[in-house]
Amino acid sequence: MSGKAVRQYARMSCAGILLAMLCGIGGCSGSGSGTQPSGKKEPAKKADVVVWHWMSDRDAVFQELAKQYEGQTGQVVDFQLFAPSEAYSNKVRASAQTKTLPDIFGILAETRDFASFIKAGFVENLTPAMEADNSQWKKAFFEKALAMETFVEGNQFNVNPGIYGVPIDVMNIQFFYNKDLFAQAGLDPEKPPLTFEEFIAVGKKLKAANIQGLVSGWSEIWMINCLADNFAWNLMGRDKITATLKGDVPYSDPDWIRVFSLFKEMQDAGVLATGMITMVNKHAEQTFANGKAAIAFNGTWGVNVYRGMNPKLNYGVFLPPKISDKYPVAVWGGAGSSFKINALSAQKEKALQFLRWMTEVPQQKLLADKTMNLPSNKESAADIIPALKQFSAAMEYAVHPSQLPYSEFPRVVEAMGKGIQLIIIGSKTTQELAAELVALKQEEMKRLEAKKAAGK
Amino acid sequence: MRSQMFYRVKRGAFLILAYTVLLAVAAACLFPLLWMFGSALKTQETIFSDFSLFPQQPHWENFVVAWTQANFNTYFWNSVFYTVAVVLGLVLFSSMAAFAFSRLDFPFKNALFLLFVCMMMIPLPGQFVALYVLLTNLNLVNTRLGYILPQIDAGQALAIFLLKTFFDKIPKDLEDSARIDGCNKLGIYRHLALPLAKPAIAVVVIFNCLAVWNEYLLAMLIFSEKKLMPLPRGLMVFQGTHLTEYALLMAGVSITVIPIIVVYLVMQKYIISGITAGAVKG
Amino acid sequence: MSAVLELKKKYTWKDAPDMLTSYLFIVPALVIFLLFGLYPFLQVFWLSVHSWDGISAVKEFVGLQNFIEVIRDQYWWQAMKQAGYIAFLALTFQNALALILALLVDQDIRGGNAFRVIFYLPPVLSGIVVGLIWGWIYDGNYGLLNKVLEVFGQGQFARAWLADPKTALTCVGIIHMWKGFGWGFVILLAGLQGIPRELYEAADVDGAGSWHKFMHVTIPMMIPVFVLVMILTILGTMQIFDIIASTTNGGPGYATEVPVTRILASMLGSSRFGYSCAQAVVFGVILLIISLTQLHLSKKMKQA
Repeated sequence: MSGKAVRQYARMSCAGILLAMLCGIGGCSGSGSGTQPSGKKEPAKKADVVVWHWMSDRDAVFQELAKQYEGQTGQVVDFQLFAPSEAYSNKVRASAQTKTLPDIFGILAETRDFASFIKAGFVENLTPAMEADNSQWKKAFFEKALAMETFVEGNQFNVNPGIYGVPIDVMNIQFFYNKDLFAQAGLDPEKPPLTFEEFIAVGKKLKAANIQGLVSGWSEIWMINCLADNFAWNLMGRDKITATLKGDVPYSDPDWIRVFSLFKEMQDAGVLATGMITMVNKHAEQTFANGKAAIAFNGTWGVNVYRGMNPKLNYGVFLPPKISDKYPVAVWGGAGSSFKINALSAQKEKALQFLRWMTEVPQQKLLADKTMNLPSNKESAADIIPALKQFSAAMEYAVHPSQLPYSEFPRVVEAMGKGIQLIIIGSKTTQELAAELVALKQEEMKRLEAKKAAGK
Repeated sequence: MRSQMFYRVKRGAFLILAYTVLLAVAAACLFPLLWMFGSALKTQETIFSDFSLFPQQPHWENFVVAWTQANFNTYFWNSVFYTVAVVLGLVLFSSMAAFAFSRLDFPFKNALFLLFVCMMMIPLPGQFVALYVLLTNLNLVNTRLGYILPQIDAGQALAIFLLKTFFDKIPKDLEDSARIDGCNKLGIYRHLALPLAKPAIAVVVIFNCLAVWNEYLLAMLIFSEKKLMPLPRGLMVFQGTHLTEYALLMAGVSITVIPIIVVYLVMQKYIISGITAGAVKG
Repeated sequence: MSAVLELKKKYTWKDAPDMLTSYLFIVPALVIFLLFGLYPFLQVFWLSVHSWDGISAVKEFVGLQNFIEVIRDQYWWQAMKQAGYIAFLALTFQNALALILALLVDQDIRGGNAFRVIFYLPPVLSGIVVGLIWGWIYDGNYGLLNKVLEVFGQGQFARAWLADPKTALTCVGIIHMWKGFGWGFVILLAGLQGIPRELYEAADVDGAGSWHKFMHVTIPMMIPVFVLVMILTILGTMQIFDIIASTTNGGPGYATEVPVTRILASMLGSSRFGYSCAQAVVFGVILLIISLTQLHLSKKMKQA
């Protein structure tokens, strides 16, 4: 009898050992870590610089660049991709807690979070490097792109003034229009609308011809806010927007009400395609690429996306329609993506050298050619494909909330985007939205005051 | 005679109705799958313009391209390994625990069981920071073990709950006679409980295979090295931040779906009697 | 579950070796659970009483303030109600469909095995495919649903289904049910097939009609399976997220927001990590209460 028991135990422990082995093998083969900034080494090839990013469509070019760099300098750069963006955000935040961020990383977040990373001591101040040799490096970039990486004196977050990131490419968001559909509706395909009145007129004509108008990924509220920002900058200019963010101008100001009402006007004139307020951008892109809608509000990347889906698509690009002559037309844009250097890394110097190399003209050109993103280096923007030229030219008009010393509270931003959706479908009035935003803003300001008071 | 006719007509009418419903629902389930396979044979250009389910010029090479581009040679086998390891561990540990909760006696048994059951109900997005810090301290970040253990945890509460319900139904006499035959606790677990629980185990296997096979958030969090990553990492190649390569993506997704369907086909024989014995016999 | 109700026994030192070997059975599961389940949970709980942005080194203790805010957050409760609505749809329609299909396939009809496999396909499909296909069905301009309505002369009902607050939530719910009924179907079918055929034969001898058999044999035998399916349905539906992310992102306005989208919005969107943990705790407690109530009720039903 006891023999039986022994056999049972033997069998059981066999199973256990098998499992332990399974895990154990795994444990061993995976124990090399290339992520520690201290550079714990990987058995095969020790990376000098480790980079984390989320840009799945740029990964192949990044790998190619890393190989080139190794060939030229002998330095091994290891690009590690973590996608989609939520997963990447999680990873960066979690690693910050254990101080295991890599030498170079991107931050996928608002200015507020960027500031938190800096204040927690994770991001190296690059001003000295940028301004060395008569600011040679600094001057290479589009000013607007660098502005997003810069914290100015007296910024709301109390971050030490400086440049904290290196823009890799830039983007902006404009209107694409389908020339064939314009012609079909009796519109001049070479004359896109310039003013808001013309834009509305175009919408009416399209509607009369039974053609769907504007599509965009407006289920993602940041894309609605892009257009709202464009209108607001054009209508009230930088100073008044700054004042709004600071809390000195309320959202019930007539100019803001006007911004909100423009969306209602577009809807009433039939400019907006049916159902576009809950479209995800990929769906909007399919719709435009297949000629099912005449206008798309989309970013620089659209050039690449439309070419893939429908190479025969005959389209043009225009700037956001002008509402007022008081201030220049604004295009939402800035750095498409940028890299930061880990202030705790032991390889800061190497990381810096690599990023400097990566933003030089030949590398920027390769990046732009392969990914169809605009280069962040001004000089390489000279000879890019024609479709992108217009986007490159528009960088002059680019505005972005992070260029300002103040930024809006996330809850207010969300409420504005959602509120505009509701205005479009007619379940909220512009006045109601303004009142809601004013109340929310006050609440958040109070919270901030309380926090400041507690801090002192 | 008349009533026989009546029943035959009634049965016929019932069958027509039944098949209408079944076929309608089956069509709704099959269409997306067929579309997915069909799209895998198209190109990026034709995928949204050619609405035929099966394209005129099928691009069979998409499957090969997808396999190589997505580096499935590594990721596919990684995923097989993780799925097998998690499910094995899960079945072993949770069946042992369920057996103890069901058939053995020890202090705090009920309290501990309730704790497990509660955890089954509480979903917590936001755990990832704590988990990452923990894994870092245990030196398990970027290891296979560090990926396997949290997933065993994720599945085991439900598995214990299910298996315990099942073990509860084993008649006391069976256990007693085994004991008289000289079986100890381990023997009863191994020779009596486990074989009888095969069906319930099949349910646990199906539930968890799908979950582990599709998991990617945890993988992205704790792995740094590509060679450790599971399948979904491969599919990321086709899903650019802005640009999606739909045809190749569909080819890749099609490849990943097949093993899951096979697991289901193999396991479903067991489920049928599984739930039965576990949950039905009052 | 009856074990839970047993009275506490007295243990003596004599039992110690026996106890120890018994504990060995639960040790692996327990260790994994304490490390990877309980510890992160306690951390989330700890964070829920702090104000933290998820990044900085400072976590400021704020007591119950986060919870007070969650309770006052109208959008949180709206999201909760909306998930509850989808859960209600799933509990009734999805489970009814699953039951009908299971009953039909249980009739030993031809092709039963094929259907058994086909109905399990939606759960295995990738979220990307689901989002794409349903996006076209609901599309306001060239969507399949609108076309079908036009063909049947009901064109006046055509609309952008996901952009209309009157229909968006139900439409998302339908996608969820389509993806989820396969699970219920498999479990229910298994339950049905497990009912001993002798019970039906006995009923036949008594001259019972098919309705009578359904009410007095099938239903009572199936109650434990129903409870299992119901709990799984509620837990699965309340945590709905992927489908929302690939169709409406919670819009129009807040019409399709659900608890998980709100938690993620406050965690990553507005970097209020502590607050999102408080939301998660409130959410977990609500789910726990629902599930335990259900278990309790089912126990009572069994005893009755």
